[in-house]
Amino acid sequence: MTRLRPTVAEIVEQTLALYEDLDFSYVRAWKSKSTSRRAVGFMPVYMPREIIHAAGMLPVGVMGGGDRLDIIKGDAYFQSYLCHIPRSTIELALSHRLDSLDGMVFPSICDVIRNLSGMWKLLFPEKMARYLDFPQNFDPALGGRFYRQELESLRSALSELNALPPQDSALTHSICLFNKNRRLVKALYDLRASKPWLVPTYEAYLLLRAGNILDVEEHTQLLEDYLVRVESEPRKPMDNIRVIVVGSFCEQPPLGLILTLERAGCYIVDDDFVLASRWITADISKTGDPLEALVEAYLKNSTFHSSKFEGSTPKWRHLIEQVKARQADGVVFAAPSFCDPALLDQPQYEKGLEEAGIAHTTFKYAENTGQFQNIREQIGTFSDSLKLWSEAP
Amino acid sequence: MTTPPAARPPEIHKEPSMLLQKNMLADYFTRVSKAREEGKKIAYTFVPGNLTELLHAFDVVPVYPEINALQNGMRKRSAKFILDAEKIGHSEDVCTYVKADLGMLLNGNVGPTGEIIPEPDILLLSYTGCFTFMKWFEILKQHYPKAEVVMLQVPYQGEGTPTPAMREYIVRQLRESVIPAFERISGHRFEEDRLREQLRRSAEAEEGLVFALQSARRRPSPIDAYFGGVYYIGPMFTAFRGTPECVDYYDTLREEIQNRIDAHAGPITPEGPMAEEKYRLIVEGPPNWTHFREFWKLFYDEGAVVVASTYTKVGGLYDQGFRHNPDDPLGTLADYCMGCYTNLNLPTRVELIEKYIRDFEADGFLINSIKSCNSFSSGQLLILRELERRTGKPGGFFESDLVDPRYFSAANIKNRLESYLQMLDQRRSQAVA
Repeated sequence: MTRLRPTVAEIVEQTLALYEDLDFSYVRAWKSKSTSRRAVGFMPVYMPREIIHAAGMLPVGVMGGGDRLDIIKGDAYFQSYLCHIPRSTIELALSHRLDSLDGMVFPSICDVIRNLSGMWKLLFPEKMARYLDFPQNFDPALGGRFYRQELESLRSALSELNALPPQDSALTHSICLFNKNRRLVKALYDLRASKPWLVPTYEAYLLLRAGNILDVEEHTQLLEDYLVRVESEPRKPMDNIRVIVVGSFCEQPPLGLILTLERAGCYIVDDDFVLASRWITADISKTGDPLEALVEAYLKNSTFHSSKFEGSTPKWRHLIEQVKARQADGVVFAAPSFCDPALLDQPQYEKGLEEAGIAHTTFKYAENTGQFQNIREQIGTFSDSLKLWSEAP
Repeated sequence: MTTPPAARPPEIHKEPSMLLQKNMLADYFTRVSKAREEGKKIAYTFVPGNLTELLHAFDVVPVYPEINALQNGMRKRSAKFILDAEKIGHSEDVCTYVKADLGMLLNGNVGPTGEIIPEPDILLLSYTGCFTFMKWFEILKQHYPKAEVVMLQVPYQGEGTPTPAMREYIVRQLRESVIPAFERISGHRFEEDRLREQLRRSAEAEEGLVFALQSARRRPSPIDAYFGGVYYIGPMFTAFRGTPECVDYYDTLREEIQNRIDAHAGPITPEGPMAEEKYRLIVEGPPNWTHFREFWKLFYDEGAVVVASTYTKVGGLYDQGFRHNPDDPLGTLADYCMGCYTNLNLPTRVELIEKYIRDFEADGFLINSIKSCNSFSSGQLLILRELERRTGKPGGFFESDLVDPRYFSAANIKNRLESYLQMLDQRRSQAVA
């Protein structure tokens, strides 16, 4: 029997429901199918999900509570000058919404997420909590070797959760599944860049967020369905400018903010939302030692990012290349308040863009920002200024 | 009508070790400013996980941007520097050490003592316990395009203990990346014996620092281990470790403290010997530098002595037994880097403070939460709860900043401190009753 593909509207409805479900019901349902099933959460920005998947577990991206979670207990754990995502993540856990997760991985991105790993150990000693360090030295013999040891250590910790030894064949299989998924995410981003009127970022974003929760094969199917269906959507180009959004890689902007950017006259043709699904930019090798393949992918084929050390090349070079590749008219720096990685990079990016004559604008947000009018006016003005006064092509 | 002469500010009381350190610092900044003339190379680097002995082994002059920033903060120069950095786009949300350093650069890189700090030949990024360090040197690299950046990644102790793999990673980076870069830039071959000699002196001086820190177990404590402590760690954590001057400094300090112990005397404050020791406290977090004396005075006016602090461990946990080992020069540098306080995970930090509360018979503990420093600050409210739960001792919480005077409110801190100490009094009276 032929499977009937869901419509775009149905896909959006499904992904929106996943996005809004702060109880992680999908994870609970997935685990309920077998008592041996385990789920492991991970924080932004990047996590080699293949390792969790290969252990027979569900990798679950946790990106805070957004704007739909009342912070009742979380504020008591963080000073006012710290970003919002740790307090909403603690809130999720203290309100038992993360009970379905058997462990959490805190990848190296900044000191706040790093320290959150220790808070987890203190608050939830019965759960696995791991800090995952990434190499800042990109020499395979140095940083590569260190990263491999980190991954081996993580693998051992995971195997303690379900008492199953790690298997290379399983890891290779997982790599293949995630390769396919990444190719489709790339196709989604490429389609949005070439026909942005066809793929609103609102929808692309929800699809990406669904990938944080769904089993990878299910998510891959969803991406395939969307990419087929959306081509026949009766959507027409508008007189929007093309922008790249930078700085929103960890604490996520509320969905309303993404909609606001689009309604203010912007096609978002690239961004750094939900980067875990796009961190690795090429297929990971499916031959040879799979752990080594993950290491090599990180060292050679990972995207540029604020959490990665750039010792000799100017920070902005990659961004300018991205602007050119995506034929963007400008850059919107949208960073969460108190986000060290994004905000410390921002002046460097701005300098590079100014030297290259690329327009940009800046604002800050929090994941629970509720008022978008001032942002709409700012971005609307930015969009109008580029449309009205930039040089004609 | 004649204007009456302005009242002279009270003379600041300084012990011989403080005067010695003052002279050491003045000489150091002069040495830095003249390094170019003397044909020496300059490395900018950070305090936690610093490789001072290694730099000395190459005859390279170390410069510490954090120290410049804090010294500028103490001299009331940082406010303008921070504003200047914000004017060129640096966010009000980020680390003020970075902005104070950039502001100094934008204003001609005139250092705290008024002498120009030359451009670096090398930016030695010892990436230890602080994410901002990485960003800081990426930014500086854009200002100093000729300087070479050398990264030494020090893995975080996420699981609470350093692993052999972490140690090996650091040693190999030192051997294969850091040392070759220093050989290339300094023009000197690496001489392990020279490094050993430095490390031997480091270990000798470290004994002196530990003597000072441990002296606070006595009643009364002859030192203040936070406000006074930042002076005591000065030579050890910066450009002097491994030098004969550093050993001399700690010999002087030891003698001074021993004299106070013999006299059953308390710490020396800027206004002279402290009166009665009424409260023994532990402090977590860095101090505020822009109002350092005012901050300290709030404590000693109340008879509150800090008997142990975590800030005095950012450059190494010598009091927990670590000593540089000249017999394993690179391995010991790796151990040192990994053991710095902000490279410890939160459970280990809690255990350490808990140990201080017990070992130093503290009445309670305070957290000075620094807006600029996520590495220290994130998680401190849980540290507070956890310590209260484990020890039954009350915790207090302040907020201030490192070098941004906009975030120091003396009145707020005074109110909080007074309320906190009143609470300690009440507990004592309840215990007696």
